[in-house]
Amino acid sequence: MSTEMKGGHRQLKIWRGDRETGQLVDYELDTEPGMVVLDAVLEIQASQEPDLAVRWNCKAAKCGSCSAEINGKPQLMCKTRLDHLPADEPITVEPMRAFPQVRDLVTDVSWNYRVNEKIPPFTPREGLPNEYLMGQADTDRVSEFRKCIECFMCQDVCHILRDHRLQEKYYGPRFMVRLASLDMHPLDGLDRTDLIADQAGVGLCNITKCCTEVCPEGIKITDNAIIPLKERVADQRYDPLLKIFKRKGRQGRKKV
Amino acid sequence: MTVIEKHDYDVVVIGSGGSGLRAAIAAAEAGAKTAVICKSLLGKAHTVMAEGGMAASLGNMVPEDNWRTHFQDTMFGGKYLNNWRMAELHAKEVPDRAIELEHWGAIFDRNDDRKMHQRAFGGHTHNRLVHIGDRTGLELIRTLQDKTVHSNVDVFMETTITRLLKDGDRVVGAFGFKRPTGEYLSFSSKALVLATGGSGRIYKITSNSQDCTGDGYALAYHAGAQLVDMEFVQFHPTGMVFPPGVAGLLVTEAVRGEGGRLFNNNGERFMEKYDPKRMELSTRDVVARSIYTEVKEGRGSEHGGAFLDVTHLDGDYVKTRLPSMYEQFKELAGVDITKEPMQVGPTCHYFMGGIKVDADTGATRVPGLFATGEATGGMNGSNRLGGNSLGDLLVFGRRAGLGAVEEANRIGPVSVPDGAVEDAHARAAEDLAGDETNKENPYALHKELQQAMGAGAGIFRDKEGLETAIAEVEKIYERALNLRAPSSRPDYNPGWQLCQELRNMTTVSLMIAKGALLREESRGGHSRLDFPAYDDYWSEHNILQDGVGPDLDLTPVPVVRKDDLAELIDERKQQEAATK
Repeated sequence: MSTEMKGGHRQLKIWRGDRETGQLVDYELDTEPGMVVLDAVLEIQASQEPDLAVRWNCKAAKCGSCSAEINGKPQLMCKTRLDHLPADEPITVEPMRAFPQVRDLVTDVSWNYRVNEKIPPFTPREGLPNEYLMGQADTDRVSEFRKCIECFMCQDVCHILRDHRLQEKYYGPRFMVRLASLDMHPLDGLDRTDLIADQAGVGLCNITKCCTEVCPEGIKITDNAIIPLKERVADQRYDPLLKIFKRKGRQGRKKV
Repeated sequence: MTVIEKHDYDVVVIGSGGSGLRAAIAAAEAGAKTAVICKSLLGKAHTVMAEGGMAASLGNMVPEDNWRTHFQDTMFGGKYLNNWRMAELHAKEVPDRAIELEHWGAIFDRNDDRKMHQRAFGGHTHNRLVHIGDRTGLELIRTLQDKTVHSNVDVFMETTITRLLKDGDRVVGAFGFKRPTGEYLSFSSKALVLATGGSGRIYKITSNSQDCTGDGYALAYHAGAQLVDMEFVQFHPTGMVFPPGVAGLLVTEAVRGEGGRLFNNNGERFMEKYDPKRMELSTRDVVARSIYTEVKEGRGSEHGGAFLDVTHLDGDYVKTRLPSMYEQFKELAGVDITKEPMQVGPTCHYFMGGIKVDADTGATRVPGLFATGEATGGMNGSNRLGGNSLGDLLVFGRRAGLGAVEEANRIGPVSVPDGAVEDAHARAAEDLAGDETNKENPYALHKELQQAMGAGAGIFRDKEGLETAIAEVEKIYERALNLRAPSSRPDYNPGWQLCQELRNMTTVSLMIAKGALLREESRGGHSRLDFPAYDDYWSEHNILQDGVGPDLDLTPVPVVRKDDLAELIDERKQQEAATK
């Protein structure tokens, strides 16, 4: 192996609490080389704190369940190695703060699922053959968005949701990515421009790129999803040439 | 007094992986009032981890590919113990299911003709797996998730089912609790579909999610259903072996499909010894045993695996075709796979066995109870080919959903007996009440179970080891019955959940070990050191299991044949004999 891995004694501060109250609690444990934060949390659960609540499932960075704020930064617990965190200070593990607490490290992320239900799904254009034809370049462009594992850390870090609490006015980065994947699907038959501009509130994003920074899949959320959606809205609503020619909607797509 | 939330549905689907969601979509589209119950959040089920792709004989790369060849490959892979009808339906219908996914918005990689690209995989005669990079399972689950929420299906997230409810012989519902709050709820169903997946968590080294605790096997067993082929457990040849925290994490077969080679520490490409014809793309059982043997005989890597090497391939190609593998090794092992070999070893991956169902409808022998996906047995015989799971989920998910609707339409209203709900509630509440005198730690007991199964009922087995494992698991079974949650908090209590799951896992472990003891031969995902060869009797028999509590009845029954397919089977057997 090319990289040395360190185990050893580590201290953790894990947030324990519920909807009403909570605090950081100190734990210590001996770690093996290559352990990730989730390994440490589960070891503490098994040997010290049997009712420590933590949401996890695949432990392979594929399901997006174990999102937490580690040393203040949203990260997947299963993908964050202990030896990549400073050894001389305790590791703090807290739940995502933008969502209501359930207990300990578990948050209520159900709002995201309600948002998704409001987005009209893929609807094929009329007259397509049974077996679709499209180029690899089209696939590649949309595929970036479909790498999203719905860890909701972009929603957690987005200041419009986290600080300004504008959940009623902005769907958040995750769903900008979802909308972009539909908008750029070459065979989709819906024009969601009005939804993107109005209910989803793409205009509220002021491009601070916090979401892009925390995406565990490396999706360029701001550059490749949100900015193109903003441009789409500008084109459709404010482009003077299009206004002159009274072009309505996008070719081949029905307005929703 | 405890309030138990009550829900009435025509069809209740337990499990929200690929087959559960496909079943729910089929049921809802057929007009049934449908609920799907997820143990985790929607979209997080174990299907999300499928990497390589879905085998479908679309013939986009090799026009002569067709369902017959796919059927023959599947039967050969399963060493002819498969349920012939299931393998037939799968091979015939999976192309339509793949196309349907595109209609629902899925995106797959393309070939030069702008059709779906299809990659090579172990045991498949032709390039057959449609895929998107190496995250095909995520694409499948996200597509089905979006289809589900727009198909008028009610979704119950983070809800644990502890028991199926019966009225006489008929399953009429299910009882459980909501994990975030601990509130109880009971469902009535005219038909209920188990889509609960496998049980990899009975082994320490596994590629399976935390959710995979054999819940459906145990729920069906206790409801009176039969299980089949439980001795066959697939150990995927390539799991990570280092660092210890990620041991077992899957390294997709697509690595070998894209040209990856296996070496031992002498630099020998050892598959030449074990399967010179197929080499690294031999079937999974063969590759897994080969790696295990190399390591055991002292030719392994420093961390006890084999070397899997893609450094002869173009680095950018590797990053495009295998992006998650590149990431996974870089992040978790500090290895750049375009420059250094990976170290890999076998990891528990898939359960060929499961609930015995009617191939066409997913019906079990218990009225009102259906099953689909990895929770069922038969489709894959003694060994599953890579790429044959995702298609299985869709083909038989849809069929089970339709089968359930037909049943729901056929019978009148059902009623759940109050006593059944009270019993189920009493048990769950007792688990939660905690017990100061009972100091059994469920997490420690889980480790004991994994230790016993790994030592005695792992990739290689023998009589003595299996008998020891059975004796140990029987004791663990009794202790699991008496388990109590270490804390009596109802909200998101992981120990409470594990009490239930441990009972399920010990039940499944007994099925595996007892089936393995009875089958005195080696075949597919079952290797006996004391019976290393095929056996004529066992080549034509599956083992059925049913029973009460830990007392399992095991009955060998002849393989379910189908006359019109015999010619295809004979043809493949002759081909195999000719090339030996």
